[in-house]
Amino acid sequence: MRFRIPAIAPSEITPSETYFGRRAFLAGALAAAGTALGRAGAAVLPPRAGLPLAYSQDAADSVDALVHAPNQNETPNTWDQITHYNNYYEFGTGKTDPAAYAGQLQVRPWNIAVAGEAEVTGHFALEDFVKPYALEERIYRFRCVEAWSMVIPWVGFPLARLLQQFKPTSRAKYVAFDTLYRPGQMPGQRVPVLKWPYAEGLRIDEAMHPLAFMVVGLYGRVLPNQNGAPLRLIVPWKYGFKSIKAIVRIVFTEQQPPTTWSEAAPDEYGFYANVNPSVPHPRWSQATERRIGNPFFHERQDTLPFNGYANEVAGLYAGMNLRRYF
Amino acid sequence: MIDAPNQPRRGLTVERRYRWIVKPIVFVAGLVPLGWMVCALFGWFGFSAGVDPVKFLELENGKTALIFLLLTLLITPVRDLARQPQLLRLRRMLGLFAFFYALVHFSVYVVLDLDFDWRMVGADILKRPYITVGFTALVLLVPLAVTSTNRMMRRLGRRWIRLHRLIYAIAALGIWHYYWQEKIDVRTPIRYALVLAVLLGYRLVRSRWLRRMVDRRRGAVTA
Repeated sequence: MRFRIPAIAPSEITPSETYFGRRAFLAGALAAAGTALGRAGAAVLPPRAGLPLAYSQDAADSVDALVHAPNQNETPNTWDQITHYNNYYEFGTGKTDPAAYAGQLQVRPWNIAVAGEAEVTGHFALEDFVKPYALEERIYRFRCVEAWSMVIPWVGFPLARLLQQFKPTSRAKYVAFDTLYRPGQMPGQRVPVLKWPYAEGLRIDEAMHPLAFMVVGLYGRVLPNQNGAPLRLIVPWKYGFKSIKAIVRIVFTEQQPPTTWSEAAPDEYGFYANVNPSVPHPRWSQATERRIGNPFFHERQDTLPFNGYANEVAGLYAGMNLRRYF
Repeated sequence: MIDAPNQPRRGLTVERRYRWIVKPIVFVAGLVPLGWMVCALFGWFGFSAGVDPVKFLELENGKTALIFLLLTLLITPVRDLARQPQLLRLRRMLGLFAFFYALVHFSVYVVLDLDFDWRMVGADILKRPYITVGFTALVLLVPLAVTSTNRMMRRLGRRWIRLHRLIYAIAALGIWHYYWQEKIDVRTPIRYALVLAVLLGYRLVRSRWLRRMVDRRRGAVTA
């Protein structure tokens, strides 16, 4: 599958001065990485949120998947907007709770368990995952089921490249993910608003789709805790709740795995949760969305099927009744 | 301590004390939430409306309207239990503040959230039950606000009391509206509902108690 090269280069759309300065840093970071690992070009993960990340600067290398849609404002949201308006109930149900409380979460060391229908399973350190991949930037639309949206420059690597390392067997029809359960550092988990740990899942062909993305960074920097550090999923054509944060477990399954929101309210949230303006949430419309950061009197814009990625992903659902499998 | 109306007290009658001191203080206090929201919107004095100011205004105005409804309903129990009959003089103002904030809440939704798209407003009111419920509460508040003047009170007489009992239903509808729009965490709306239950429960108990008192007296008279 071919993707369009971005019409807007990331450096042009990011006003942040630090962002402009990253090229100079990159050279240094790569040199340091090269010395440390004896292998130039290997991506490393700096130890703290907000530190600059080394990733591919070449637009031809990187797949920029912001598919340009008519009449849409595609200016990326600011760092402040992206990091201070989060649904991350592990830290509280208020939009600013994650920014206020996620700092206490220890994200290093970080281990991930891989299990189920795959040839390679076991426990892995986060660094084992991230090292072999060149990181790349992708600017994706992000649409919440609550009918607001943003445009976000993530840094990460394709989910498929990660999953293929484990050699899933032919019985691997789905892949399930779990978020960390650590109520001592995640105060929201002390309240049973949802069933903890948070669980999500994808059909294996969705997971292998080139747009499905594993994220470790934002705006060229290490992902802040409130956005799901150290490792989160982004599935840009689905509602945001599918894009699970702080992943500690990946399981290949034959059966469709249970997912947190579809268990909490099965009539309101489905397993697929594809962005679909023609299927309303039982309590509100999904036809339009408020783009955070749009001019005050014109916040609303139309929601696009599959969040504007229909050309790329609609084929995954050919023949499926999307009203039933919402 | 019971203040008899128009008894001089520290040089001021109750009438004058309320008119020149208590009511102005309550009026200014009632504008504090509005002032806070304006400051937050413009980022003054370190207040912030956050990343999504439209949602902030909807939520905060709606919650403020509900709080004023509950304060309005709180007057009667406090008046009874603290034996402060003059508190009743504040009830109208509190009720009108509830109406004011509910109106701002609805205006933000129509003007800022839906960009004056009246077709969408109509569809929401008809098709989205939680909006139907909230809109009903707002519409029911209108006749109460309109008949809140002294002249209307006199003109309607006993019917005024019956009409203004609508506030019980309005408060319940308002809190139901708040509860119904929550995605999953309904703890705050439940707290509001518990306060309302206590306030309405008090009235239920009081009316039963009053009836029993009346019955007993009647019994004593006929015996």
